[in-house]
Amino acid sequence: MSTTNAEPDLLYSEEEEALRAAVRDLLTDHCGPAAVIARTESDTPHDPALWKQLAEGMGLAGLLIPEAQGGQGATHREVAVVLEELGRAVAPVPYLTSAVVATEALLACDDAELLGQLASGRTVGALAVSLTTAPGAAFGTVRVENGSLHGELTSIADAVAADVLLVPADDGALYAVAADAVTLAPQIPLDLTRPLATVTLDGASGRRLGPAEVAVRRALRAGAGLLAAEQWGIADWALTETVRYLKERKQFNRPVGGFQALKHRLAQSWLEVVNLRAAARAAADALTTGDDTDVTVAVAQSYAAPVAVRATEEALQLHGGLGMTWEHPVHLYLKRAKADSLAYGTAGAHREALAALAGLDAP
Amino acid sequence: MTDAEGLRRRTQELLAAHPPATTGRLDFLKARFDAGLAWVHYPEGLGGLGAPRSLQAVVDEELAAADAPDNDPRRIGIGLGMAAPTVLRYGTDEQKARFLRPLWTGEEVWCQLFSEPGAGSDLAALGTRAVRDGDSWVVDGQKVWTSSAHLARWAILIARTDPDVPKHAGITYFICDMTDPGVEVRPLRQITGEAEFNEVFLTGVRIPDSRRLGDVGDGWRVAQTTLMNERVSIGGMRLPREGGMIGPVAKTWRERPELRTHDLHQRLLKLWVEAEVSRLTAERLRQQLDAGQPGYEGSGMKLAFARLNQEISGLEVELRGEEGLLYDDWTMRRPELVDFTGRDAGYRYLRSKGNSIEGGTSEVLLNIVAERVLGLPAEPRTDKDVPWKDLAR
Repeated sequence: MSTTNAEPDLLYSEEEEALRAAVRDLLTDHCGPAAVIARTESDTPHDPALWKQLAEGMGLAGLLIPEAQGGQGATHREVAVVLEELGRAVAPVPYLTSAVVATEALLACDDAELLGQLASGRTVGALAVSLTTAPGAAFGTVRVENGSLHGELTSIADAVAADVLLVPADDGALYAVAADAVTLAPQIPLDLTRPLATVTLDGASGRRLGPAEVAVRRALRAGAGLLAAEQWGIADWALTETVRYLKERKQFNRPVGGFQALKHRLAQSWLEVVNLRAAARAAADALTTGDDTDVTVAVAQSYAAPVAVRATEEALQLHGGLGMTWEHPVHLYLKRAKADSLAYGTAGAHREALAALAGLDAP
Repeated sequence: MTDAEGLRRRTQELLAAHPPATTGRLDFLKARFDAGLAWVHYPEGLGGLGAPRSLQAVVDEELAAADAPDNDPRRIGIGLGMAAPTVLRYGTDEQKARFLRPLWTGEEVWCQLFSEPGAGSDLAALGTRAVRDGDSWVVDGQKVWTSSAHLARWAILIARTDPDVPKHAGITYFICDMTDPGVEVRPLRQITGEAEFNEVFLTGVRIPDSRRLGDVGDGWRVAQTTLMNERVSIGGMRLPREGGMIGPVAKTWRERPELRTHDLHQRLLKLWVEAEVSRLTAERLRQQLDAGQPGYEGSGMKLAFARLNQEISGLEVELRGEEGLLYDDWTMRRPELVDFTGRDAGYRYLRSKGNSIEGGTSEVLLNIVAERVLGLPAEPRTDKDVPWKDLAR
């Protein structure tokens, strides 16, 4: 078992805090819980206006893309800050899927043309790999027949918002396929803020980008690592909101938050959220530096999903009957947290990966 | 002089004037204290230079590279971690000058006379009495869970000086000479078989008023400094990956494939992840403190490590199969240090049960997190305005 030489930088820089404040301001003004709930019931689950402000207004879609290719040349650390805030707002925008996962796949293929388009935010990309796929797991492919693509791929996150799909094929290559060249069938997702679709290709033409294996691995690893930042945002919202509510809510002639049984549960939740923040920060830093990345990402994902789910489940329970209503936003967070616990590999899948990475082999 | 470069230079000067190879250990430590390189954040003349605490690392690095002797911080942990910051904050100039140097060099070991059989989590309920008699105080009572009492020259002591006021108001803080008549230290044999702690009986012990720390009746406030530093020192160690209790279990797992089962594998991986995440949280706290940002995470570190140590050591006993039925040695001993790694899994399992009790029970710490960090309402208090002598005991 190797130990790390240099410890990761687990703090936030002043620039990162400024970025956080800007994103949070935007989300406070344009992504309130009531609006998110209303949007989940509409025909357009994504919020294109919010995406435009984030991507074009603030230039956040191209954070991971080098300046030479039209991006911001920033790092995973800044992206993680954005995702923390997007998680805190359960924002219905394809940021993780397009600005992180699709972007990382294209960076692996070094496709300047599409990278430039994604950097602007005017083009949204989606990797056509099931959202449940862990970084090291097998993924579905489509058939290549006479130069065109045939097949069906399920549980493709944010495909309905995408202009271009990145499709792995059975010849080992990743193809860029225009969204209007495929058939999209929206699925009914548990998490309405991150819609899923089945993608059917029936002789679609695609542009070959490069080898799929390396691109998909890299994309999923970044997705898994940075998902922890989103999960921290979700958990932090759930805890903060629950504490706020329990200071106000009175039963038995005193604030409910004064009962020791509940105080201990909230304190326990706080401990986990604090731990999750360190784990998520370590993953963002490891993706940035390339140091100890596989272990750090697997640690973060082994820890993050159960904590985010528990924080939202506690929030629901401690809100009492209010927590069961459609009107109160806690269900948005519970659904996102639970769906996230399957995204880019379950905690169990990541622990299995760790067993090999840390030299703790199975029996 | 108090920047990193200045400290590095000053350390080199110390090493040149007192080469570790030819200087006696104690002489070197005294010279280091006098050079202000003992704890650089302490004031000049008291072993420091008033420099930022984070710069201590610069000094330690240089000294380690030169193979200089250290002051064995684990052995004098109570003095360094608890007595020193309290003396620094509340002591008179005479007290600081008398106590800090031999404390830091380890010439004088300290212990802590706080807990009593009837006052554990409710520490302010303590009943040890100190009665004024001219220039002295006469102390009678019993203390318990006192580490190092059998080795200690000095103790920090809290005692009741006024039973007619509510419990927090009638306490005074003293420095007690453990060699004085009337101080009796008895080993307290524990669940592990050894006597790491002691009971201390105080019978007519005379403490001069010049060894009082802080004002009469202000002992509770003084003790808060001690307790705050205690919790920081319990959770604040810097560890490499697998540096804690998970290390021995992981090692056994790797070396003994015949012991592995699927159930144990799942539990081991889960605890391995939790240990690594707790380590990262401790590291994040350290970085926050270095950057001068107050970190609340410290309140949680002790809670997290207590639970982890217990779960990990419990798993380790099971992992060892038939060997888990055995224990290394029940001989009653009085160790100078808690040595988790020098003993076997059964010892670790039993000793770690104390981690959620010593230095504040986990239940009390959860209350502290809930009230001070999350701002939730405090527990209803029925003892606040009642004179100590009228409390139910």
